[in-house]
Amino acid sequence: MSTPAGPALPPAEEGAAPTFAARLALYQRAGGIVTPILTAAFAFFVGGLVVLLTTGKNPLTTYEAIFDGTGLNWLFPWVSGQDRFLASLNLQQTLLLATPLMLTGLAVAFAFRCGMFNIGGQGQYIVGATFAVWVGSSFSELARPLHIALAVVAAAVAGAVWAGIAGLLKATVGAHEVITTIMLNWIAIWVGLYLFGLGGPLQSSTQESVPISNDVVAAAKLPVFWGDPLLQGLHIGLFFALGALVAYWVTLNRTTLGYEVRAVGFNPEAARYGGISVPRSYFLAMAISGLFAGLAGALDILGWQFRIGQADIQVSQIGFIGIAVALLGRNTAVGVFLSAILFGALLQGTSTRNLDPEIFRAELASNLTLIIQGLVVLFVGADVLILYLWQARRKLGLTRRKAATEA
Amino acid sequence: MSARAEASSRGFDWSRLSGPRAIAIAGIVLGALAFWLALPPLKSRTAFVPLLIGILAIAAGIWAATRGQRRLGWGAIVAGLVGIAGGVLATRSSAADLDIVVVWSALGAATLRYATPLTFAALGGLFAERSGVVNIGLEGMMLMGAFFGIWANAESGSWVVGILAAMAAGGLLALIHAFFSIHLRADQIVSGTAVNFLALGITGYLYIDLYGDQGTPSVSGIPDVRLSFLDDVYFLGPIFAQLNLMIWISFALLIATYVVMFKTKVGLRIRSVGEHPRAAETVGISVYRTRYAAVTVSGMLAALGGAYLSIGFVHAFGENMTAGKGFIGLAALIFGNWRPFGAFGAALLFGFSSALAQRLPDAYGTSSGTLFETLPYVLTLIAVAGVIGRSRPPAAVGRPYQKQ
Repeated sequence: MSTPAGPALPPAEEGAAPTFAARLALYQRAGGIVTPILTAAFAFFVGGLVVLLTTGKNPLTTYEAIFDGTGLNWLFPWVSGQDRFLASLNLQQTLLLATPLMLTGLAVAFAFRCGMFNIGGQGQYIVGATFAVWVGSSFSELARPLHIALAVVAAAVAGAVWAGIAGLLKATVGAHEVITTIMLNWIAIWVGLYLFGLGGPLQSSTQESVPISNDVVAAAKLPVFWGDPLLQGLHIGLFFALGALVAYWVTLNRTTLGYEVRAVGFNPEAARYGGISVPRSYFLAMAISGLFAGLAGALDILGWQFRIGQADIQVSQIGFIGIAVALLGRNTAVGVFLSAILFGALLQGTSTRNLDPEIFRAELASNLTLIIQGLVVLFVGADVLILYLWQARRKLGLTRRKAATEA
Repeated sequence: MSARAEASSRGFDWSRLSGPRAIAIAGIVLGALAFWLALPPLKSRTAFVPLLIGILAIAAGIWAATRGQRRLGWGAIVAGLVGIAGGVLATRSSAADLDIVVVWSALGAATLRYATPLTFAALGGLFAERSGVVNIGLEGMMLMGAFFGIWANAESGSWVVGILAAMAAGGLLALIHAFFSIHLRADQIVSGTAVNFLALGITGYLYIDLYGDQGTPSVSGIPDVRLSFLDDVYFLGPIFAQLNLMIWISFALLIATYVVMFKTKVGLRIRSVGEHPRAAETVGISVYRTRYAAVTVSGMLAALGGAYLSIGFVHAFGENMTAGKGFIGLAALIFGNWRPFGAFGAALLFGFSSALAQRLPDAYGTSSGTLFETLPYVLTLIAVAGVIGRSRPPAAVGRPYQKQ
């Protein structure tokens, strides 16, 4: 499809579009940081219009209320006293939500750099969370750092294996990763519903009538470094995510593996000609992507959820939002970090706990978040829009020049 | 266009029914028989019967697979294995449990109910993908149909208006997808993903804004078709005597899709644009216009599936009520090898697995049936992996086309 694999490649059709990664690289050079900001601004503008048209409320006060709920006002030095304390609580929640988003964003971004679209972040996240909750709630005699490490590693490896299936299928028989990862998502969701459903193998042993897992034991919980552990303070998982961002950058830009992955992403044929094993790159890129998403699941479970239920699996969107995070962040480490904060803040600011229904209903606002997400993803394709306008202008310029020479 | 597609577009080739092909099909039937004999009404109680027939099926499959019928041969082998497993398991279960779970007419009716939304989505996907545009936005288009169908039905009091509004909403969302993926040449997967987010947001937002906590108002919905002359017919009666109109519409659209796609000029154009757009354009077919039309039709069909869910079946709307049915429709399309009847067969199979999953808990505990729901996805994974034959998408699918 967009990046066919291996020797079975049909001769490149004349006029066919270049691979996605190659085009992406072009926009990256052309658009820089301007287009993501424009894209986000446009999405928020449309969101504001929706607010105005459907409820007649002032979009600015709505956005202001959402912003206050995110806790980002903590960064302003003039916020003080009780407000500052409230802001710190909210900011902890925002960062708590941004942590897994950075990782699921990386899960999409890493595969992207290899020319693949990993839609399977959600499934890999669920598989990771499942393993984290299983390891975290068993082995109750283990010491703390060891137990945490075991659960985190199990989850990350599980995520890598889950995504690796798609990578392997792509590498060996050329099965398109979009189709396989979609299928793997739903298999993960249904198996999760089975495991934690009533009578399921991993269902709680103390609450027989609730479709939920056992609780993670105290020794497997991640320590809280900011805020009150009883009030869902910020856990050290944030540093895992930041470490992953650094690892992402280093792997891509400073290692042979990263070089090969990017080469395959630009042009698999040329990479193969240059002696790079394209199937190996596909498999490894997918597995590493899954590693990130599995880690995201582990951090959520060990950091603040401590259990997972059927309902969590059904409503969770963390992996899907990762797609928007990666696209808006243009698959760079810094970009993924910033857009994860943006989407984490949006989720937190529009949650029912935070948004005053007098100003705007939280249920509406959370759907507004989805619309904004959709527009962001759509208009990151508006890189294409911008390029299109740019081309059109150039074409216009050309014809004008031609007309001038003819005249 | 493959030789097979060409052969079938010329009409049914009877010679295909002899030799390895016939043996392979017989193998598949035997595999199903192995399971069926152990189930009501016959309820063979010895494991020997399904075992023997299953082995026959596997033998037929191996014979056919080694003689050029890889896809069907492997199908027979799998059918034999499933027949043995199911049959032996059934002989181990108590007869009373079997009677609770396996009520063929009820299973048949439930299969159709579950398969119908998948059929609509798969037919929608067929139009888009045959024209060369990947449509993973089917889920979102379905959701739009579900919401706007019930909204328009409640506002106007007429289910016909509901269906029309659903099609308009699905078509509109599909137009967005078409504009971005055809005109702007955005990545079709990105655009499809975006469209899914948008639909989730738009329908969720409007649902809360309009209906809030009370839920959707009650609507009369799409009526059932009552065929009283079938009432007393064995097996068929309980299934077909009272079906929702939308199920019959899905049958009609299935046949219409087949005819349009493989027997008319329009279909030939769509397929040629999906296989080799440059060649199509040199003979004067507008690639853009054809793709726009195909994607829009795709959205309308998927939306019909959504409308069936909201005003044909459940008579209410809930946030994200399609819950992945659009993706199963996509899976059915791929499993059915991008062909209308193949996709319909896959939708029936997937619908059957859902129906069975729904009934298993009655006898075997709550959680056990859930695993059956993974069947569509596992089978599709196996199909794209090429274990059972090879699923071959249209050649130009997913590639944006640049006009010259």
